[in-house]
Amino acid sequence: MTEAHRHIFPYVIALGDDALVLGHRLSQWSSRAPTLEEDIALSNLALDLIGQARLFYTLAGKLEGEGRSEDDLAYFRDAAAFSNTLMVELPNGDFAHTMVRQLLYAAFTHPYFEALATSRHPGLAEIAAKAVKEMAYHVRHAAEWVIRLGDGTDESRQRTVAALDTLWPYVGELFEMDAAEQELARASIAPDREQLRPIWNATIDRVLGEAGLDRPERPPTGPTGGRAGKHVHLAEMLADMQSFARAHPGAAW
Amino acid sequence: MSATRETDGLCTGDADIARARAVAAAVPDPEIPVVTLADLGILRGVERRDGAIFVTLTPTYTGCPATLAIKLDVEAALLEAGFADAKVEIILSPAWSTDDITDEGRRKLREYGIAPPPPRATGGGELFSAPNVACPRCGSSDTTRISEFGSTPCKALWRCESCSEPFDVFKCL
Repeated sequence: MTEAHRHIFPYVIALGDDALVLGHRLSQWSSRAPTLEEDIALSNLALDLIGQARLFYTLAGKLEGEGRSEDDLAYFRDAAAFSNTLMVELPNGDFAHTMVRQLLYAAFTHPYFEALATSRHPGLAEIAAKAVKEMAYHVRHAAEWVIRLGDGTDESRQRTVAALDTLWPYVGELFEMDAAEQELARASIAPDREQLRPIWNATIDRVLGEAGLDRPERPPTGPTGGRAGKHVHLAEMLADMQSFARAHPGAAW
Repeated sequence: MSATRETDGLCTGDADIARARAVAAAVPDPEIPVVTLADLGILRGVERRDGAIFVTLTPTYTGCPATLAIKLDVEAALLEAGFADAKVEIILSPAWSTDDITDEGRRKLREYGIAPPPPRATGGGELFSAPNVACPRCGSSDTTRISEFGSTPCKALWRCESCSEPFDVFKCL
């Protein structure tokens, strides 16, 4: 790996890990969603995220130059080698929890990919230009549900408030940048996450306003460490997700 | 290297590029076989590299499961047409948009019962927006979106309030 690639590789892996882990969580709703339409919707969203992860992993494998494929990176790394945020690995919880997480994540990722599409790294820019179009309807889908749930029955409202309360502290990690990523931001390869906060705030405030929900008063900061490989729920998820590939290494289908 | 092929009459000259393009362009989409790859606007280029035909395709959605099937279909069609050395590569840039679907493709979709995608300018990423879509069966614009997600990643599920029929809409990307 060249010096430049050594910095970009972990960053690209982190982008892939967020997408893969949330994509796998969403896929766990398949056949379990409240309606058939929603079952199809969540499976479609999962497919988008897993598709994005595949592109990031394929790029990471090329940058690393050691012949690792997207499958090697998805199925043959242990939890400590994953650098996804803690929010995306949280178990799905109820439907409100899943939808609030989708909103918090997509409201960040949509403008993030918009910014990444102007990256000086052409491989990253072209993935982001593709993925940003998908994240646009991820935001819309989550927003419509959070409004419906927040402005719905006492039960749905209560569950949505609880989900917002649980997930709010995890948002902080979405905006974190380590020294290596700050270096990439200075080189106009990675967006500066903090600069996207006003856009994220505007989307969240607009949706919560429509939903008749109060924005939590405390700042959106809390559990962290996922980027450094310190995970809570990931190992259990990977044990299931990776079991088939590890039982049959090299299998093709 | 190309001398042998010239005597075979295969994979040489611009006429072959045009023929390879016609073959690749006519491959049907595996999920919506009424439209071809050219109709969808996902056939990006046909050229010659190192003597062989080189085709570039672009995926519709990042996670579209049909992408690999489409690549294999194009390879098979080119092989059958005599382009034994043809290579097919998937490229991402510039990102595909539903605006790339040709007028011919839109007509075929409509006749097949799938409302063609609205122009991006009217149905893009705006929060809380839903485009106006005409029913592909009766033409009424009194339609309702049931779900933004349908039987494939590229389709949404709608219902016509005039003729009461549900229908697919090729969603705007």
